Amino acid sequence: MTWTWLIGAVLFLVLAPVVGGLIAGVDRKITARMQGRVGPPLLQPFYDVGKLFEKESVVVTTAQNFYVLAYLIFIALSGALFFAGGDLLLIIFAFTLAHVFLVLGAYAVHSPYSHIGAERELIQLMAYEPMIILAAVGLYMITNSFYVADIAVTTIPAILYLPGVFLGFATILTIKLRKSPFDISTSHHAHQEIVKGITTEFSGSTLAQVEIAHWYENVFLLGFVYLFFAWNPVIGIIAVVVTYLAEIFIDNVTARVRWQAALKSGWFAAVIGIVNLAILAYILGYMMTGGA
Amino acid sequence: MQTLLFLILFPILVACLLLFVKRTTLRYAVVALSALAIGGASIYLLMRYALEGAVYFAAPSETVSLAMVAIEMGLALFIIYMGAKFRNYPAIALAVIQAALVVYLEATFSGSLHAVNNLFIDQFSIIMALIIGIIGSLIAVYAVRYMETYHHHHPEVRNRQKMFFFVIFVFLAAMFGLVFSNNLMWVFFFWEITTITSFLLIGYSETEEATNNAFRALVMNLLGGVAFVVALIILAATEATSGGIDLARVLASSDAAIILLPAALIGFAGITKAALMPFSSWLLGAMVAPTPVSALLHSSTMVKAGVYILVRFSPVFAGTLAGFSIGLVGAVTFVVASAIAISQNNAKLVLAYSTIANLGLIAACAGVGTYMLVWAAILLIIFHAVAKALLFLGTGAIEHRIGSRDIEDMEGLIVRMPRMAVMMFIGIAGMFLAPFGMLISKWAAIEAFVQVQAPFGLIFIALLAYGSAITVFFWAKWMGKLVAVTRNQERVEKGFFEESWGPLYIITGLVIAAVLLFPVISSILIEPYVLAIYGVTALMAQANVAIMLLMMALLLILPVSFLLFRRSAKRLPAYMGGRPATPDLHFAGSLGLTREAQTRNYYLAEYFGEAKLFLPGAVVCTVLILASWVLAGVAL
Amino acid sequence: MAFLKRSPWILHYDASSCNGCDIEVLACLTPLYDVERFGIINTGNPKHADILLITGGINAQNREVVENIYEQIPEPKVVVAVGACAATGGVFRECYNIVGGIDKVIPVDVYVPGCAARPEQIIDGVVTALSILEEKRAKMTGAARIKEDARHAEQAGEST
Repeated sequence: MTWTWLIGAVLFLVLAPVVGGLIAGVDRKITARMQGRVGPPLLQPFYDVGKLFEKESVVVTTAQNFYVLAYLIFIALSGALFFAGGDLLLIIFAFTLAHVFLVLGAYAVHSPYSHIGAERELIQLMAYEPMIILAAVGLYMITNSFYVADIAVTTIPAILYLPGVFLGFATILTIKLRKSPFDISTSHHAHQEIVKGITTEFSGSTLAQVEIAHWYENVFLLGFVYLFFAWNPVIGIIAVVVTYLAEIFIDNVTARVRWQAALKSGWFAAVIGIVNLAILAYILGYMMTGGA
Repeated sequence: MQTLLFLILFPILVACLLLFVKRTTLRYAVVALSALAIGGASIYLLMRYALEGAVYFAAPSETVSLAMVAIEMGLALFIIYMGAKFRNYPAIALAVIQAALVVYLEATFSGSLHAVNNLFIDQFSIIMALIIGIIGSLIAVYAVRYMETYHHHHPEVRNRQKMFFFVIFVFLAAMFGLVFSNNLMWVFFFWEITTITSFLLIGYSETEEATNNAFRALVMNLLGGVAFVVALIILAATEATSGGIDLARVLASSDAAIILLPAALIGFAGITKAALMPFSSWLLGAMVAPTPVSALLHSSTMVKAGVYILVRFSPVFAGTLAGFSIGLVGAVTFVVASAIAISQNNAKLVLAYSTIANLGLIAACAGVGTYMLVWAAILLIIFHAVAKALLFLGTGAIEHRIGSRDIEDMEGLIVRMPRMAVMMFIGIAGMFLAPFGMLISKWAAIEAFVQVQAPFGLIFIALLAYGSAITVFFWAKWMGKLVAVTRNQERVEKGFFEESWGPLYIITGLVIAAVLLFPVISSILIEPYVLAIYGVTALMAQANVAIMLLMMALLLILPVSFLLFRRSAKRLPAYMGGRPATPDLHFAGSLGLTREAQTRNYYLAEYFGEAKLFLPGAVVCTVLILASWVLAGVAL
Repeated sequence: MAFLKRSPWILHYDASSCNGCDIEVLACLTPLYDVERFGIINTGNPKHADILLITGGINAQNREVVENIYEQIPEPKVVVAVGACAATGGVFRECYNIVGGIDKVIPVDVYVPGCAARPEQIIDGVVTALSILEEKRAKMTGAARIKEDARHAEQAGEST
């Protein structure tokens, strides 16, 4: 029992890049099909990252490598804590720390495009942070625990109590997955008005690390989605798949918005979450007094 | 008790001595030695009393109390004189009202103005004493060299350094007195001293702006002072049940309804002193003072007196609607002040708004007042004091070297002043990043608010969620400016007085040490205090503490990775849309001209500007303050 | 390993093309030709690119830009000149401002003929470029290994 948490963490550290890469491959394949194209091979994301490691090491300043490495490590750490069943709030804070490192890396290179990308990334951070905290609080209100280990084994169908929170979370998930309409700081698609935004000056193995961190991050976020459906693992996994497909769909049918719209959307999502929690608090209070 | 008296009286002695010291070197020696003595005494206090819980001392009462009243009257006359001199009538009016109320209190209730024990010490007082004794005196040490440079840079300002250091040490003495007094009359006396000393320090440069701002601070704090006296009158009038002016008896009083109104009034005094909205403007105005003054006001003294009294009274606020109102003043201040900080590019103003925001958070914890929140509030006080002192002193040092306190001008500080930049980096990380201090407390606060009874807990959590997201934005963009690796900038680190680095290094060490030692601090000081008051105590799960320490260790080790990157990487200038560019962002523009690209942070003034947010925030907070009085009155 | 061949990212630069070739280049991304099948991505950033694909000839204004972009691409890299103008200056060759083909400024690895070049030809050109890219990579790692060995030998020499 005492060591199961370690297994979760190790499994995440080892498998998440594989799973995350595969998800990215499926994502690109489905995106291509939605556009009537054949699309790249399933393993394309791995080829890309492998290629990046083969490239020459080019930097604007060596400090950028440090920040990106820190980004990768702390993203992996927060994901590992998540799959070890740790405290959701602590995980969220470690997650924020990781992103601050990425932003600092973009600042460090002192390039106009990176700079704008970094500013926008910070705006995104500001946009999604309230909702992600509220999501943790919502799960706490249902399960009485901030620990992923407890939330994951709950028998209460959290989604039924937290539809608004889930909707809000899905909104900020779009920000986090760097998908349209909220891919304002950097984009997977070609040609953005700020070149590649936050990753403009990262190349070769540094860019590969950013990519791997993104895989870790995606697996962690999908794990978070699972928590809403954790009372039934089958439904949970289906829900995760459906959510991701919906994100791909949204990615393909929407155009990029301005940062104001991203910020407003993120904060409005949090308002939905708050309303949901308020109603929930009322119901829970009612049930308690009703029971007594 | 000798240590307590030493800590109150010794700074006064030093203050008087400093009135006669003219040479900087000699002053430096005196200040450094007394800082050592004061710091040492507060650490001795920790070792002597940490494990004993609350200890009370009778201490002489009659003569001292009389002397205090006499001094208070003298101070009132001084305020009236200054008010008349600068034609500031609100100050005169408030001073007169306050003096009249004090006379009324002394005359009418002289029989019930006795506390069994005038002095006391418990773990919370020890924490405050450590903050005042270590951070406060380090700031004083830093100030000696700083002031010399300050007068060098500002020849137009009259050199009143003797008075300056006199006031600083009186300030420290008053703070010690405030946190050691069990007699609320004494607390009030020291409270008024801090008001006057801050007034004198803010007005130090004697410019019109400084004088105006000093008076604004004075008027707002006098307003709080008046509320404090009214609270004392109510307490004295209901001595039998409320416990009169004996802090311990008041807090232990079984008649919660009666002490709630005085507590709300004292809470109001705390709100004015802690510069929560709508009183935030005095703390912002205080920025005109030399930087060590700002550091002192923001980290170890003055505003901390405000939250100290709020946290002291939080058991009274706990679970009451009045308490929720006061807490909401804090929470709203937290969000609004953080949001305004986004729009500021003046480093000291960002720090000021962040202070106001964090004091708001502490007040939110204190107002709601459950045991976990009190635990979080005290942690916040500690971490905020160290990190904020570092940031202010650092900003002062930077300003002297680069001649600006604009965050945009701090671009590339990592190249120009690497040591300073690393310290600022640590200080800023201390304010908002895991696993540093402020974040631990914020986390604890969220966990605690979740358990607060429904609609209220949720309101606080919502405000906290938005507030902390905003916090990340304005700190991270400042950090980004510091770490930008710019080229062809000369190093300007040298030339700053060598001794001034000492306090900076020590405080930087303290920021990190506070994180590493926080489980110890919590278990030795905070948990016993909370346990003594609430009968239960909060503590963090061991596993989480271990993870935090692991993260800290990772952060300390990570810079080693720089060694890996040294070799072989090819350097290219930043991509400038294909235009040939140099590494310092000069590029070939059209018509054969070479132009320079510059980067500027987002300030989003259109959305988060002072003009846009201050008024609504102030209105909401004013309404909430009034609500707290009404709710406390209704409870009677 | 040869990941490079499977994941060539392209930077497309329009030197002074009439846009004819540019439209054909973009046509390669459409469902009909779908170059992403080969892992090809049209990236907008030289720091991420492997293949510099240029249409149009060099003129006095963009000469520095082409040099700069080429310099910004990390090794190994190849240059594909698409269309007659990119190869020689094409119909604009005698214009007062035209310097000539791309190879006047930077080394070109593959020339794709045509005015405008057809998408099939462009894809063929890129695929040809891939093997050159792979050769360059092999040479680069070889060179790095030789350098590394020399360094080790030197260190060993020092230690004895």
